[in-house]
Amino acid sequence: MADPNDGGRAAGKTATGTLDRRVAVKQLLDSLDDDVLIVAGLAGAKGDVTAAVGDDPRVFGFGGAMGAAASMGLGLALAQPDRRVLVVTGDGELLMNVGTLATIAVANPPNLGIICVDNEHYGETGFQRSHTGLGTDLATMAQGGGIGAVRTVREMDELDEAGEMLRNSNGAAFVLLKVAVNDPPKMPTVWDASWHKSRFRQALLGKP
Amino acid sequence: MNEETWPEEIYGLLRENGIEQIAYVPDAGHDYLIKRSIADPEVHAVALTTEEEGVGLLAGAHLGGSRGVLLMQSSGVGNCINLLSLPRAGRFPFLTIISMRGDFGEGNPWQMPMGQSTQPVLEACDVTCLCIDSPDEVGRTINAAITTAFTSEMPVAVLLGQRLLGAKVFAKR
Repeated sequence: MADPNDGGRAAGKTATGTLDRRVAVKQLLDSLDDDVLIVAGLAGAKGDVTAAVGDDPRVFGFGGAMGAAASMGLGLALAQPDRRVLVVTGDGELLMNVGTLATIAVANPPNLGIICVDNEHYGETGFQRSHTGLGTDLATMAQGGGIGAVRTVREMDELDEAGEMLRNSNGAAFVLLKVAVNDPPKMPTVWDASWHKSRFRQALLGKP
Repeated sequence: MNEETWPEEIYGLLRENGIEQIAYVPDAGHDYLIKRSIADPEVHAVALTTEEEGVGLLAGAHLGGSRGVLLMQSSGVGNCINLLSLPRAGRFPFLTIISMRGDFGEGNPWQMPMGQSTQPVLEACDVTCLCIDSPDEVGRTINAAITTAFTSEMPVAVLLGQRLLGAKVFAKR
């Protein structure tokens, strides 16, 4: 089987990160409790989540509405204070609505974590470079926005501490995963957001 | 309801109907509701940096079994357009209360383009618009909006017109 990390649309692209996104996201998600609720931002981030946890009703995955994943995670975290909520998003999506980091910092729900999978490229549109490959640091922006618990992960052995922070932080937490730029195989997806919503609510609330 | 008490009537109806997340951007027209929600310990008053965050927030609230409302000015509607695909694609309830500018008696021409576009833009995005121009329409209209938003689970906007709010006063030249 061809190495998915070497080819596809990302061939020849470079990033400062070296983590394998599928491996790093899976290890981080595996370290969290099984009942964590997950909002997966569109495109690559949703693929990472699906690859890590499978087709799971505790995941709401986006197929569009770019920029909304983090704010949706905030609404969910405020509505479900007894559950951990995790947003998994990409650098491109987070840059689109980066002010949400300030909104989350001010609301500061203790049960909300954000993982930003930063490959320094817009994979979905053909791997154009993003600002994070040209000097913008989203971890610094998260910190500057006022989020207290922030980690940048560049090595696999830093994932344990990041996972612990996501599990135990008593305020909003942010993890920037600096991953290599690659083009892993697409995961199967259901595009019907209404179906995802109803399934998520049925599992969580017992009603659609 | 008279001129002084209609904002409290809105607040009471929101709370009676289980609305727990009140998202806002700073706005003179919503000043009462914003202050009231910040002072209410049973409510999450969420300050946004841009109105579109409210669209995501309210969808997240619904995912978690809660209800929310987005308070914004008409100019903020333009910021929400793309994200309004979320309530439409997902059939999420969506309730927004909009204080109008660029409406009746506007004195700032910068407000006119978005003010005059507010209702057509919302309707183009499948958001049902209910307008309020006098205090005695407030209760009935807010109740209607809450029903359509949370029972029909459809996107609804209530437009508080400048006939109700009064146009902002600018110094005479």
